[in-house]
Amino acid sequence: MMSPALNAVIPVICVVLAGLTCMLAEAFRERGERLPIGGLGIIGLVGAAISSVLLWGRRAESFGVVVADDFGLFVGLVLIIIGILTIAFSSSLIERDKLPQGEYYALVLFAISGMMLMAIATDLVIIFLALEVFSLSIYVLTGLRRESFASTEAAFKYFLLGGFSSAFFLYGIAFMYGIVHSTRLDRIGAAMAAQSGAASPLVLVAMGLLLVGFAFKVSAVPFHMWTPDAYEGAPTIVTGFMSTAVKAAAFAAFARVFLSALEPLRADWVPVVWVLAICTMILGTVVGVAQTNVKRMLAYSSIAHGGYLLVALVAGNSAGKASILFYVLVYAITNLGAFAVIALLGTRDKPVEQLDDYKGLWYSRPIASFMLTVFLLSLGGFPPTAGFVAKWYVFTAAVTAGEYTLAIVGLLTSVVSVFFYLRVVVMMYMSGRVEGEAAPPLPRTALAALVVSVAVLFYLGVLPTRLLNLAASSISTIF
Amino acid sequence: MAIVPMLSLLIALPLVGAVLLLLIRNREGERDRFVHWVALGISIVEFVGTLWLWTGFDPRSADFQFVERVDWIPSFGIQYALGVDGISLFLVVLTGFLTPLALLCSWESVHKKVKEFCFFMLVLESAMIGVFLSLDMFLFYVFWDAMLIPMYFLIGVWGYDRRIYAAVKFILYTMAGSVLMLVAILGLAYTHAVATGGSYSFSYEALLQITVPHHLQFWFFLAFALAFAIKVPLFPFHTWLPDAHVEAPTAGSVILAGVLLKMGTYGLLRFAFPLFPDAAAYFAPYLATLAVIGIVYGALVSMVQPDMKKLVAYSSVSHLGFVVLGLCAMNVQGLQGSVYQMLSHGVSTGGLFLIVGMLSDRRHTRLISEFGGLKHVMPKLVAAFFVITLSSIGLPGLNGFVGEFLILLGAFRWDPRFATVAATGVILSAVYMLWMFQRVNYGDVTNPKNKGLKDLSVRERWVITPIIAMAIVMGVAPSVFLNPMRPAIDRVVARMAEAQPARMVRAAGASQKGVGPIFSKTERTGPTPISHAPFSGR
Repeated sequence: MMSPALNAVIPVICVVLAGLTCMLAEAFRERGERLPIGGLGIIGLVGAAISSVLLWGRRAESFGVVVADDFGLFVGLVLIIIGILTIAFSSSLIERDKLPQGEYYALVLFAISGMMLMAIATDLVIIFLALEVFSLSIYVLTGLRRESFASTEAAFKYFLLGGFSSAFFLYGIAFMYGIVHSTRLDRIGAAMAAQSGAASPLVLVAMGLLLVGFAFKVSAVPFHMWTPDAYEGAPTIVTGFMSTAVKAAAFAAFARVFLSALEPLRADWVPVVWVLAICTMILGTVVGVAQTNVKRMLAYSSIAHGGYLLVALVAGNSAGKASILFYVLVYAITNLGAFAVIALLGTRDKPVEQLDDYKGLWYSRPIASFMLTVFLLSLGGFPPTAGFVAKWYVFTAAVTAGEYTLAIVGLLTSVVSVFFYLRVVVMMYMSGRVEGEAAPPLPRTALAALVVSVAVLFYLGVLPTRLLNLAASSISTIF
Repeated sequence: MAIVPMLSLLIALPLVGAVLLLLIRNREGERDRFVHWVALGISIVEFVGTLWLWTGFDPRSADFQFVERVDWIPSFGIQYALGVDGISLFLVVLTGFLTPLALLCSWESVHKKVKEFCFFMLVLESAMIGVFLSLDMFLFYVFWDAMLIPMYFLIGVWGYDRRIYAAVKFILYTMAGSVLMLVAILGLAYTHAVATGGSYSFSYEALLQITVPHHLQFWFFLAFALAFAIKVPLFPFHTWLPDAHVEAPTAGSVILAGVLLKMGTYGLLRFAFPLFPDAAAYFAPYLATLAVIGIVYGALVSMVQPDMKKLVAYSSVSHLGFVVLGLCAMNVQGLQGSVYQMLSHGVSTGGLFLIVGMLSDRRHTRLISEFGGLKHVMPKLVAAFFVITLSSIGLPGLNGFVGEFLILLGAFRWDPRFATVAATGVILSAVYMLWMFQRVNYGDVTNPKNKGLKDLSVRERWVITPIIAMAIVMGVAPSVFLNPMRPAIDRVVARMAEAQPARMVRAAGASQKGVGPIFSKTERTGPTPISHAPFSGR
């Protein structure tokens, strides 16, 4: 039995251990021997999930800087789901693309551990630490295809810009420390609440710097520049992983910092985030329309989805906060699924990334096309998929907060986004049959994971109540 | 709740059937016939189910019947609530009636992916019935949006040359309207919370109980009306319709014209008018103006169409204009006429599309100039064509007459100017329909390709006979349909009679002066937001 001081981080430790095991397994395996290394990762993640469930409702605290409240655990569970799905999708892809297995799984697990830590951290320094842990892992994952020029370039670009944003964030922490003499969120919150009158310029600078750091991580416009390139260059399944997991973790910390510690300064940051939200939704959607590369298209779509989450953040009422959690989960399953299908459809020599590659896919790959269609419809927010409920939840929050403009802009941009999601559907179903060699069937593990994802999307689209209530109750633990 | 959840069964049957269809192995199309028969069987059972609903319906009651109510997302007051009244009953029956015919008419014309075709048709039917039965705004919206997907695939996969363009235009137009409605629905639920002290509700009946402040009525009504006007389609929001109709396969056109367009007018009658009576009364003259323009414009454009399908499509713009005009009159005659015309248009235009589809199956063209003298080669088809043409024109004794007559009567009682202009539409429709009929069927057979055309096959007779029978029944015995509608319509009329459009003028004036009408504090009539509301966390 671990000491109570460590309780809050047990799930994180499980994941770290799993990562280390994967690395060791890779190092100690005989040449040519095939080890189910991904399985080790899944075991670790399941362990983390079990310990998270056991911690549920207990609000375990460690060292005063990490609090495993229900909010953090919820995000942690989302991250664990992302991790399990990623590993399930990856097993065949790694062999196909000849990626180094052990490193791959270890990096994914380390990234998840950093993200989980970020979700439960209640101290700016820990948040920064967690941010760096997962960012570094993801830089490497982005550039994992060393022979590919695009992959290397993407990793380099991501790394450079990510370094800048980290610097901004760190600078913000330093300012905050200078003002409050603490980096703990509760103390910052108390200090901010104690301020009377308008916020001092120094506080605003600190807040602005922190905002830039987060905005970069969630690829909010205008800090989104790295996104399309990094997404396009990374191995497809890694793109799926980073587009969902990074968002989940970053939004968790974003919400925690801004909706608890900086809540007293709401009047100062809301207008800024409001503008960011509008710009993010519009740019992500409008530029998305112009893309012919499906990965880039999904990259811009993911920018737009970040915008919807910002709407929930601005709304800031209890529905808004809860909708962040619900949205993050639904978006994770949907987007990861979409990227997985794209990754699985291609071969090592011929990736299926251009719109034209999807011509008549329905005829040769009916099941894969169907699944991709469900994911795209869910991204577009069609009922009865979970994407609809998620969007509806966010915009309910906006409307009840009186933010009609945000709701209308959000809904109109989602109509426009339907245009580009449907373009893929048009290609698959409506542009005639293309004769070609018979396509290989989907690998069994990946197929199972896809079927589960699709089923969950329909389930949450029709019966979302339980999860909505869970999200609502867990969000109430941090404020 | 009824002992047998009749309405849920009606929604579930086609959906379950559709999923079962998917399980039939038919990779290379070797079991197309079987699949078609199964789908047809399901849709016929569904039709019998809708008729059964009718027999169990109490025609003297104005209330919703067969009501089913289950909490769905309780934290937002969302229910799975279904019910049927005199207005929705026949639209459900109409849906059940047209779907088997649409499936039967695609027997020969759909060759590729038959299983998927039948799947989408059945899913569509399920969603359409759901739209008409929903008594919860959220549920209604779910069905409303869900219905777009099968229709999109039907147009996009099985349509004609420009099908992709038409399908995308269809879905984007409809969605653009409906998302604004979604904002209004959310706003309405919030208004309910404000008015009742914190309980959110999307229930139609609960929302009818609250008084929506005028400045909000103004905007909510606009959002609702826009969504429905696009669907109707009301001039000038009609441009998606000709494309969708022309490019859709015959079955798609039949369903599109027969049922989908009615959702727009049904939405106006069921939601937009009763929920926001003051705004509705205020906007009625504007809507009626657009409707009348649509009547004349649709008729004039129909007259010059070289393509039969496009002609029928534009004639729908004209006919649906009548329906909207009748709604705007807001008296018993107008509303009865509107609902009757919805059904009648479904039957006649469905029939016209079926006939055009049959001709197009034989000749692979729909240009009027390609035909001529068909009565010499295919007398039975032409006879059927003739009856349906007359029913579409509104010949007394057939279905079209009753609706148009009642609408004009209602409109005249309301504002004779609208009735006068609309009446010209009746004349124009006779002109373009008969002219088209004459060019296609009379004279000599000039084009040798038309000489060997086969007359109606047995299957086609099964398709067209029910339509003709329905046209005659609706023409000679309108009271069969009008009586059950009456109580529900009286209820709407009574509600609209309390409307005070004069008060809307002030709200509109306030918005023009630049005073933001949305939740401006001065206009709020209900209590101020309550602090213990579930979402007032700020």
